[in-house]
Amino acid sequence: MTFLTDRPLDLAPLVARVMSPERGGVACFLGVVRDHHEGRTVKRLEYSAYEAMAEAECARVVAEAEAKWEASVALEHRIGRLEIGDVAVAIAAAAAHRDAAFMACRYVIEQVKRRVPLWKREDYADGSQAWVTPRPARPTVERPADATSDAPPVSEHVSHTDWGV
Amino acid sequence: MTISAASTVTVRVLLFASYAEAAGQTSFTLTLPAPATVASVLRLLRSQASDARLPERPLCAVNLAHARLDAPVASGDEIAILPPLAGG
Repeated sequence: MTFLTDRPLDLAPLVARVMSPERGGVACFLGVVRDHHEGRTVKRLEYSAYEAMAEAECARVVAEAEAKWEASVALEHRIGRLEIGDVAVAIAAAAAHRDAAFMACRYVIEQVKRRVPLWKREDYADGSQAWVTPRPARPTVERPADATSDAPPVSEHVSHTDWGV
Repeated sequence: MTISAASTVTVRVLLFASYAEAAGQTSFTLTLPAPATVASVLRLLRSQASDARLPERPLCAVNLAHARLDAPVASGDEIAILPPLAGG
């Protein structure tokens, strides 16, 4: 697995992978397991994936961001059982300047939420479980113009746009 | 090029997460009349009571890429029916 892992995520190796002498800006994002969801207390959760497609879709998202912003991007998403405070997704994006680095990083997390086949089942304090169904999304960030031709027809399935998981 | 006139299409169907739980299975093979689309795979699934929970327009993928409901499917294709995505 390249983009998915069942081990704890560490941002530092991702940053090291994208840094280079010609890139003066590095933007990072961590999505962290929250202890609440729509008023319920979350004890832990489990991510599952359509692994082969998730790997392919992550590769497409990263390639789009790298091409659009002349960036270098590292992305990892955790699967399996996670506890509160665990990092679920980690992104590092490096570019010549900060604007491109921030935009590439933002693009990757938004597209991961929209397009990568991952699911989350939460365990609640009362002992119940539920598959998380994303809320309707607000308008999202800029997409590369060259990504629209093969853009997936997923607008009706856009996930919620909270900054966490 | 010769176009073969196979009368049926056999595809692998994958279900995940809540859909797999509802259907009680994660993968199976379906054979349907040619020519077939993602939509015709869904129609056949809905004719099975166990899959009545599928929404009208579920997110679908063909061979590891998101696909529209009118996308054609061919024998050997892997059709995945994806519950609302929740990564990130």
